[in-house]
Amino acid sequence: MPIFKERDYLRVDLDREPDESLWMKCKSCGELVFKRRVRENNNICPSCGEYFFLTSIERIGLLVDEGSFEDVTRPIVADDPLGFSDRKPYPERVAEAQEKTGLADAILIGRATIAGFQAVIAVMDFRFIGGSMGAVVGEQICFAIETAIEDRRPFVLVSSSGGARLQEGLFSLLQMAKTAAVRVRLAEAGLPFVSVMTYPTSGGVQASIASLGDVIIAERGALIGFAGRRVIQNVMAQELPEDFQSDAFAFQHGAIDRVVGREGMREELAALLGFFVEAQ
Amino acid sequence: MSDERTLDLLEAKIEELRHLNATDGIDLSKEIDRLEVKLEELRVELYANLSDWERVRLARHPKRPYALDYIEAVFGCFYELHGDRMEGDDRALVAGLARLGGRTVMVIGQQKGRSTEENKERFFGMPRPQGYRKAERAMRLAERFGFPVVTLIDTPGAYPGLESEEANIGGAIAQCLSTMSGLRVPIVAVVIGEGGSGGALAIGLADRVLMLENAIYTVISPESAAVILWKDKERMKDAAAALNLTADHLHELGLIDGVVPEPLGGAHKDFERTAAALEDELVARMNELADVEPAELVERRYRRYRGVGRYRDGVPEFG
Repeated sequence: MPIFKERDYLRVDLDREPDESLWMKCKSCGELVFKRRVRENNNICPSCGEYFFLTSIERIGLLVDEGSFEDVTRPIVADDPLGFSDRKPYPERVAEAQEKTGLADAILIGRATIAGFQAVIAVMDFRFIGGSMGAVVGEQICFAIETAIEDRRPFVLVSSSGGARLQEGLFSLLQMAKTAAVRVRLAEAGLPFVSVMTYPTSGGVQASIASLGDVIIAERGALIGFAGRRVIQNVMAQELPEDFQSDAFAFQHGAIDRVVGREGMREELAALLGFFVEAQ
Repeated sequence: MSDERTLDLLEAKIEELRHLNATDGIDLSKEIDRLEVKLEELRVELYANLSDWERVRLARHPKRPYALDYIEAVFGCFYELHGDRMEGDDRALVAGLARLGGRTVMVIGQQKGRSTEENKERFFGMPRPQGYRKAERAMRLAERFGFPVVTLIDTPGAYPGLESEEANIGGAIAQCLSTMSGLRVPIVAVVIGEGGSGGALAIGLADRVLMLENAIYTVISPESAAVILWKDKERMKDAAAALNLTADHLHELGLIDGVVPEPLGGAHKDFERTAAALEDELVARMNELADVEPAELVERRYRRYRGVGRYRDGVPEFG
């Protein structure tokens, strides 16, 4: 059963093979593993347990009840307010990312049930320019929160982002302020916000909406932090511990509530939401 | 800006002649006038058409006035408050009660150091989590008593280091944004020098956002953008131009409300004039906001930020 309603601007196919090859080499243990087994195993290496990236679509499939996802992603696309061009023009970068992912931008939002609990869920997609938050991602997050307020549902955000969309300059920085402001409205409406941080949740996303959850849950293997490891090493010439900005690091220093394995995330969210709302 | 040295030398020369003119009774006024005309021409030539990269250099100029300079010149009787009540007192971010235009205000600013010694203490104006938590505490205090908040932004960014991450710098910045978005008193933010990324925005969510003419405000430093986007650290001038980080660009883009003029050559060339211009602007903006009901104020601020960002209606055109 498809998790998506028909939506002509999304070109997503859950059964599609990402590419022709049947086997992949795990970057962690080096083992050759059968791709279908990896997929069936929530994109976890069957040999060593390494977590591979999940696309937003795969993530939604993992978290929500089958057939329950009603996509409410607004039909908007990135503009190029600065006429930005680095090694290539920004619009070209966006078009390539759209082509690669089948998405309009780095996020999908929708209504869904999670083990019976109604929620509005927003899921970021790292494949799309590093999951970066520009005006489109900022707007979708705000729209998701407003949908949650209107429907009186909890809001769940799954972050997977390197931070702000640099090509949109100050417009992207200000999305931090925008999302934080809208988040306050959710609190005023008395609705819970569960922030799920995955690999990676960093920069402007970690320093705004993702850190403002009533409850913050990290997926095992997440990277959580503001400034990148390389920046700190280059700028400050500082030695950093091996577990720097890992899930364990964030947990030990009190930045998050819990660390949860990918396979148990749906049940975790359901258990948590059960304290706030009644299941349908 | 290697020509800046020529200007400095010329200025020194004129000063020397003036001194001689006054003490030795030799009439050098013609020579002085001639040199002053020359100086002004050079200044206009050098500063009237600054590139964006040159403005970045000016925003970081070692002689540029810092937050405490403005606090002393613009505000009356600054009463500094210290500490975040949890961990320590971050010297990269100063906060305190002050007077402005006949009102008590809370002023919060990022403070760079003048000397190596002072920079050790002030971390080059890069606040740590305890700095942002102090800022938030100061804002809450202001809200309890109805004091407007003025923030002076001047930071390369939040302090990027192990201790910052351990104390959750991202969470501290997020919390500041959350607090400011609902604060029931007027907030005016001014970028006086460097507005570096999230560390700057953390005290920049405001009802009015101003920039000094040669200040910059950007999502990423041009140097880092050159490395990340151009894969070439020499391309920072291109990055500076592409980022639209100057006051004029950001004003045109509608992202800030006003530009406070600086004398030719930068704020440090005539600090008194710059401070006076800033004071006028701050008082005018405070007056605009003074009579707005708190609920209306918060609602307007909300609408401002809810609407920020440009995108197009439509769907991707897949090839």
